[in-house]
Amino acid sequence: MKKLAFIGALAGAGLIAGMASAATLDDVKAKGFVQCGVSQGLPGFSNQNDAGEWSGIDVAVCRAVAAAIFGDAQATRFTPLSAKERFTALSSGEIDILSRNTTWTMTRDTQLGLNFAGTNYYDGQGMMVPKALGVTSALELSGAAICTNTGTTTELNITDFFRANNMDFSLIAIENSDEVVRAYDSGRCDVFTTDRSGLAAERLKLTAPDDHMVLPEIISKEPLGPVVRQGDDQWFNIVRWSFFAMINAEELGVSSENVDEMKSSDNPNIQRLVGVDGNFGTEMGLTNDWAYNIIKHVGNYGEVYEATVGPNTPLKLERGVNALWSKGGLQYAPPIR
Amino acid sequence: MTDRNFAYVRTEEAPRMPPPSDTHGPVHWLKENILSTMNDFSSPAKTVKSVVMMLLTVLSVLSAYAVISGMLTFLVVNGTFSIPEGVSGADACRENGGACWPFIAAKMRLMIYGAYPGEELWRVDVVYVLLAIGIAWVVWEKAPARGLVGALMLTAYPIVAFILLTGGALEGSWGAKGVWAVIGLALFGVGIAADKGVGGEALNAFSGAFKAIGGLLVGIVLVGAIFSIEFGLEPVRTSLWGGLLVTFVVALTGIVASLPLGIVLALGRRSQLPVVRMLSVIFIEFWRGVPLITVLFMSSVMLPFFLPPDTEFDKLLRALIGVALFSSAYMAEVVRGGLQAIGKGQYEGGMSLGLSYWQQMRLIILPQALVLVIPGIVNSFIALFKDTTLVLIIGLFDLLGAVQNQALKDPEWINPTAGTTGYIVVAFMFWVFCFGMSRYSQAMERKLYRGHKR
Amino acid sequence: MADATADGAQQARSSLASMVYDPKARGLFFQIVVFGLLLIGLYLIVNNTIENLELLNKKSGFGFLSQTTGFAIFDSLGTWAVDYTPGESTYWDVFLVGAINTIWVAAFSIVLATVWGFVLGVMRLSKNVILRWFSTVYIEVLRNIPLLLQIFFWIAVLTGIAPGKRDDPMSLFDIFYFDSSGIRGPYPIGESGAGVFYASILIAFVIAWAIGKWAHKRQDATGQQFPSFWVGLGVIILLPAVVFFVMGQPIELEWPDRGRFGFRPGLGSFIEVSFVALWLSLSLYSATFIAEIVRAGILSVSHGQTEGAQALGLSAGVTLNKVIIPQAMRVIIPPLTSQYLNIIKNSSLAAAIGFPDVVATFSGTALNQVGQEIEMIFMMMMVYLFFSITTAIFMNWYNARKRLVER
Repeated sequence: MKKLAFIGALAGAGLIAGMASAATLDDVKAKGFVQCGVSQGLPGFSNQNDAGEWSGIDVAVCRAVAAAIFGDAQATRFTPLSAKERFTALSSGEIDILSRNTTWTMTRDTQLGLNFAGTNYYDGQGMMVPKALGVTSALELSGAAICTNTGTTTELNITDFFRANNMDFSLIAIENSDEVVRAYDSGRCDVFTTDRSGLAAERLKLTAPDDHMVLPEIISKEPLGPVVRQGDDQWFNIVRWSFFAMINAEELGVSSENVDEMKSSDNPNIQRLVGVDGNFGTEMGLTNDWAYNIIKHVGNYGEVYEATVGPNTPLKLERGVNALWSKGGLQYAPPIR
Repeated sequence: MTDRNFAYVRTEEAPRMPPPSDTHGPVHWLKENILSTMNDFSSPAKTVKSVVMMLLTVLSVLSAYAVISGMLTFLVVNGTFSIPEGVSGADACRENGGACWPFIAAKMRLMIYGAYPGEELWRVDVVYVLLAIGIAWVVWEKAPARGLVGALMLTAYPIVAFILLTGGALEGSWGAKGVWAVIGLALFGVGIAADKGVGGEALNAFSGAFKAIGGLLVGIVLVGAIFSIEFGLEPVRTSLWGGLLVTFVVALTGIVASLPLGIVLALGRRSQLPVVRMLSVIFIEFWRGVPLITVLFMSSVMLPFFLPPDTEFDKLLRALIGVALFSSAYMAEVVRGGLQAIGKGQYEGGMSLGLSYWQQMRLIILPQALVLVIPGIVNSFIALFKDTTLVLIIGLFDLLGAVQNQALKDPEWINPTAGTTGYIVVAFMFWVFCFGMSRYSQAMERKLYRGHKR
Repeated sequence: MADATADGAQQARSSLASMVYDPKARGLFFQIVVFGLLLIGLYLIVNNTIENLELLNKKSGFGFLSQTTGFAIFDSLGTWAVDYTPGESTYWDVFLVGAINTIWVAAFSIVLATVWGFVLGVMRLSKNVILRWFSTVYIEVLRNIPLLLQIFFWIAVLTGIAPGKRDDPMSLFDIFYFDSSGIRGPYPIGESGAGVFYASILIAFVIAWAIGKWAHKRQDATGQQFPSFWVGLGVIILLPAVVFFVMGQPIELEWPDRGRFGFRPGLGSFIEVSFVALWLSLSLYSATFIAEIVRAGILSVSHGQTEGAQALGLSAGVTLNKVIIPQAMRVIIPPLTSQYLNIIKNSSLAAAIGFPDVVATFSGTALNQVGQEIEMIFMMMMVYLFFSITTAIFMNWYNARKRLVER
């Protein structure tokens, strides 16, 4: 321990993280804000605007938790994290929630001491090609050159896909995503592959975005969601149900605009959601208007989706599999009962 | 009065004629400065040379024209300077197809401060301004107390900048600091006592070492203590630093930290002691033989394995350690050049005065050598400054990283030319700094050489 | 009696004191301390590493090198040399691919940077104002901009001026083709007898070298000149050509073929555009430093040498080649060596545009799959150290040889 303190004094590193304590909620209430780990910049998921404010679908999860606890969606602070440091930051207690387009996999869930609280975006690796090629399926791509990023599973997935289908290809893996798009746009390769949400964002960098199309094949499953530390069930529940509240709100037709009127709704499901009926909030360690605050200050899932990645944003992502289960999608939340 | 008859005596000056037309004017200039190198066809070899010169000249003009016109077209003719009503910035830039200036204006803050919190920007400004004043002071030859200001820039300034930028108030046990301070003071005390003859000659001989180690320990604890003082500044994590700030922090820390290390290594490489010399050579040649990228990889990925478990080091700090080790090897070679330029008589003079090795170095050799190597230090600083662009590979956002990985991630602004515009602006900013510094180093070099040429 | 003991103590003290003040003894003591500290430091590092690896439950050792890989690398010198196939090749093969590609691009860049650097350096001293200005502006602009940005610039320019991958490529005599994916040409496939042909190329170079050597000696002895360059060139072209036909044309050329997506992968020889961009940017950037070195070297040769050569009636070209450059070389070679080392090290930026050098393939993609940071980064550093030290040794040898000839 002395050695540690010395290194601290030596290098000026008060940057030695303390160990996480069990009751995250108490800590968060004491400091007055939720510390949230986000990506360093992923359009629509977590990015900063000109004034340096964070927004995005991952950021909204953090804001929802803050609204549930404090009734104030702005009681959040954001820590931009690289892919490598994200789990360390969470397990060391530096952040309270990791909401950083993190794929839910078995290894991560079972071996890293983490818990995934839900899936706020169902993603998957897709492929983009110029429309002029006349290709309609990835199975016609034999002989093509493919551009992708280094450092993720995308290289492996695409190699597996082509080899499994016995097709020739040439793979150009580039470190920097900006250069990957340039390579594709300049005709150095025929196909651009990355996560579909990423395709939507990178597409905006193309000189003529409308001349390109995304192929129907999805070659990997990437359920992205917020993560918390194992061993603090109360906090896990708060994060999980803050997210579920947004989905339930959309399903019940409660939005940030009509949530005040909905307080007088006759529907018992809505009454329980907005905290008119039952003690769902206090049982979790919050107030009973927790979900009301989420919906009021952040919005329901549909609103958040529309504002961050939906068809009216520059990303123009259709709901697709991220639609509610009742509308043919996968977003499904257990009832508040 | 003589009345000799001369056929003709000029009684007044002839009118001045203009010089022949082939010795002045644009035609002559053209002949002298351009054509004279390519108009000799008297032998096959000379013909070849003339033709090559013609080709080179034409190619030079053409490529200069291509670059300049291409740049002007992109930056000005097709550039977007303002956004029309009702159109998003990204669409306006996409429409014009040239440089996207409103994007740069909107993201300027990001490029200069990174994601540093808005209310705290004044702290970064103070650090920038102090730096500018300090450097101007040291560079301006007529300024008073240049030496003092220079010393402050190397010692007090980094401490002040650290506290302003991070907010200071580091955690850390005061008890541990106390223990180390007591040990340091004790060692220093032993050194002084040994000087006075307490403990006999054996101890006396090592008084210098005791004082040096003790003083170093006390100094470190003192700096640590200053860093732990609560100044009431909001702490700002280094992950929020970015842009020019990170570029400066990495480059300046690298050069300042590498100076003492480089001096020690250079002395080690010229040492008479074989073990010390070998170790210095191995250290220097290892770091000079590997690229900075691998050093950064090492410091970001491997370093955590080398430290005791549970030690959590800041990412920026890890990179800084790597950069400092890397540049200390180059610094050592620069300093070695300076040491070699000092005549042997200086060493011998020192020895004849009965000075110890460290006294010779401190009082005679280093003061002369370090002044000689100022241009070399500036040159390695320029190289390091340009190399800071590589820190984005380990996820730190310097000037280039701020453009690539932060500014270009805002969906409101993504468009095909934003990235290129950003690169050009970054290239220009780097160019301004590096060109300025290289001019300074050249001027310095000329001045120093004048002094030392015999 | 009392005196004797005091005397003895005095002696003991003075012998201790003399040892303490003896520079040799002090030096030895100091070295033991330094070495001891180093050992303690190393012990701590190794100990911590083992502890950390155990805590993280990480594998260690080099066993991963024999595992097969699951990712593709596009055609390059390295993939041909080790015959890389995903699913069959191992991580050791990936390492070799990367190392070969690194030295490939570094070697090409060293050649171009040297040539262009000498041209720029001479241009900067030229009487021709346009060339002088061009060279000055070029040097001052390029050397003050980070190389990474220049790499981005060149890949953009190359892919910008070339026809798209699926469009009609630019062609050179219908042998070489250039499009935005790179340069393609025929790939030689050797049949029986190809070995003899390859050997004949080597032999031709040896003969040409021997002729040059002989001609040099003869000129030193008799003053007679011999057109060794032209004769050598003739040997290099003619000998392999004769052997080629004598052996019954043992080389089959595999031509690139076009499919739906332009040229098909895996046919013909292929230089990806990232190689060209990296090669150009590395060379054009490093040339600025080499130009300054060359300029300083030329200026270091006193003007009297030029005047002496003129007085002997030597032409300007001979003066430059035989009088100025050989003397300038003595000043040029040491800093030139460190520029060569810089080129090797700077080639590590390849990952930024996707050229599969050792950093991009081995410590990039492969490291992400295997996750053994310590071993893999260590191996990568060794590659650079090996290349750097080899280059330094060669250049030092060359330097020593030049010096001997001069004095």
